[in-house]
Amino acid sequence: MEVNDALVDKLAHLARLSFDGQEKEGIKQDLQKMITFVEKLNELDLENVEPLIHMSPEVNVLRNDEIRGSVSREEALKNAPETDGEFFLVPKVIKR
Amino acid sequence: MMSHPEYEIVVGLEVHAQLLTNSKLFCGDSIAFGAAPNTNVSPVTLAHPGTLPVMNHRAIELAVRIGLACNCTIEQHNYFARKNYFYPDLPKGYQISQHTTPICGGGEVRISVSGEEKTIRLNRIHLEEDAGKSIHDANPDFTAVDLNRAGTPLVEIVSEPDIRSSDEAFAYLTVLRQWVRYLEVCDGNMEEGSLRCDANISVRKKGDTRLGTKVEVKNLNSIRNVKRAIDAEAVRLTAMLENGETIIQQTRGFDVNSGTTYAIRDKEDADDYRYFADPDLTPFVLETAEIDRIREALPALPEARILHYTQALGLTEYDAGVLTEERNFAEYFESVTQHTTYYKSAANWMLGPVKSWLNEPGRQLANFPLAPAKLAALLECVEKGQLSFSIASSRLFEKLLDQPDAEPLELARSLNLLQDSDASSLEPVIDAVLAKFPDKVEAYRKGKKGLLALFVGEVMKQSRGKADPRVTNELLLEKLKS
Repeated sequence: MEVNDALVDKLAHLARLSFDGQEKEGIKQDLQKMITFVEKLNELDLENVEPLIHMSPEVNVLRNDEIRGSVSREEALKNAPETDGEFFLVPKVIKR
Repeated sequence: MMSHPEYEIVVGLEVHAQLLTNSKLFCGDSIAFGAAPNTNVSPVTLAHPGTLPVMNHRAIELAVRIGLACNCTIEQHNYFARKNYFYPDLPKGYQISQHTTPICGGGEVRISVSGEEKTIRLNRIHLEEDAGKSIHDANPDFTAVDLNRAGTPLVEIVSEPDIRSSDEAFAYLTVLRQWVRYLEVCDGNMEEGSLRCDANISVRKKGDTRLGTKVEVKNLNSIRNVKRAIDAEAVRLTAMLENGETIIQQTRGFDVNSGTTYAIRDKEDADDYRYFADPDLTPFVLETAEIDRIREALPALPEARILHYTQALGLTEYDAGVLTEERNFAEYFESVTQHTTYYKSAANWMLGPVKSWLNEPGRQLANFPLAPAKLAALLECVEKGQLSFSIASSRLFEKLLDQPDAEPLELARSLNLLQDSDASSLEPVIDAVLAKFPDKVEAYRKGKKGLLALFVGEVMKQSRGKADPRVTNELLLEKLKS
């Protein structure tokens, strides 16, 4: 798979990142190396092999339906870049 | 209704139902509605680094219940995926959802529209977490975010595009809402948003096998508004096709005041959500024994109950329908029928006096003072001629609600409400009535037989409703003969 500018631009947009020309060139090369490395797997015949989705064999790690673990609003808002003491405030999402 | 009969409307519905758990899907915050903003939040909800989600066991059972009721195939090997997108009310930057292995596959919902039965197929029912709430109009400069709702457990019930009219959509949602309430999967409260609906709507020429380009109308908050939105889109989309315009795939909102939809965004590029299995959550496996246990504990749904009421108890389809609208009401009625075989009368009492009592504001069946056995005893007094229905349903019923432990017959006796069927005590009343209307008696004897009702009514009035109408009738006929 060829990592080109269009792909890097798309991934950057999806990740809400932006790069200048030099950074972009470096990222393009790094990504190309990573993808080529992983593409090695394509050489294997995996016709009848179930994908391994989880690294651990654990299943059914479940909790009972109990209320616990909430923090106070003050604590919750402590790291918010912008707040009115009640809500997290973010730049306007919809223009009305 | 289609303005152009050569077109047909094709609708598929996505219903989000908030599960009746105490806590969130992957952490222990309460999901109670109406809490102060940002008070039901934990480090997991806030997506703080290093926190790990742990699945709520109860949510699995609730999802399986609605799946079994809809005749779905239950997926035994489940895992969660991350659906990646950025939005301020989604703190992690991804929603945890069952993308690849929906817990329920296939299935169907049977509806009836103007007497015609139809089956709406389901595509899937899957578990996912809700997002937080963005409030756009509270602050002039910012969007305010409340994360109480973030992480609330939902099932998304996705239908196939089998719906062909707004009436069918209305019927489908009515059934689904009734079922989730019966099964105690969701409270069905659309105003509070615990049941929400998105409608995928397209229009095509009848006979076309290919679907037209669809628009998705989001966040419809009542069954009536789903119907209105579909009707509005049917008109708009048909007009576009008639004018030779091209329909583009869009997400639209519905304005409840004008009854019209408006574009929110175009969906020209397919969204790229980059789904992948969430490595923080282990898969969950549903054993056959657990599915069977859930199946066996399912309550009878309205359809089965209506069948029983009409076939075994001899009730009308209409009465059976009203009795089964709410599960607790149907169950109360069924308890009454454990104590009496006057089924029709039991139904009348439920649909009459009991329903009237419930219609007062703030009243719920759970607080209805009378035990089913007492209601059965009360209606038996009427059936056996000891009490008239009007006295039983007005005066004695009220008294019993105040003294729910009293025996209806004893209470009626002590209040002197029992029906009088004793000829020796009725005769003087009847004689007095006939003496009061000599001209009417004359007219009756000359052939105006309809006057009998007037005499009966007068005897009733004199006896303050206690005269047994059957005995009164017999005595009157006897006396008027001579």
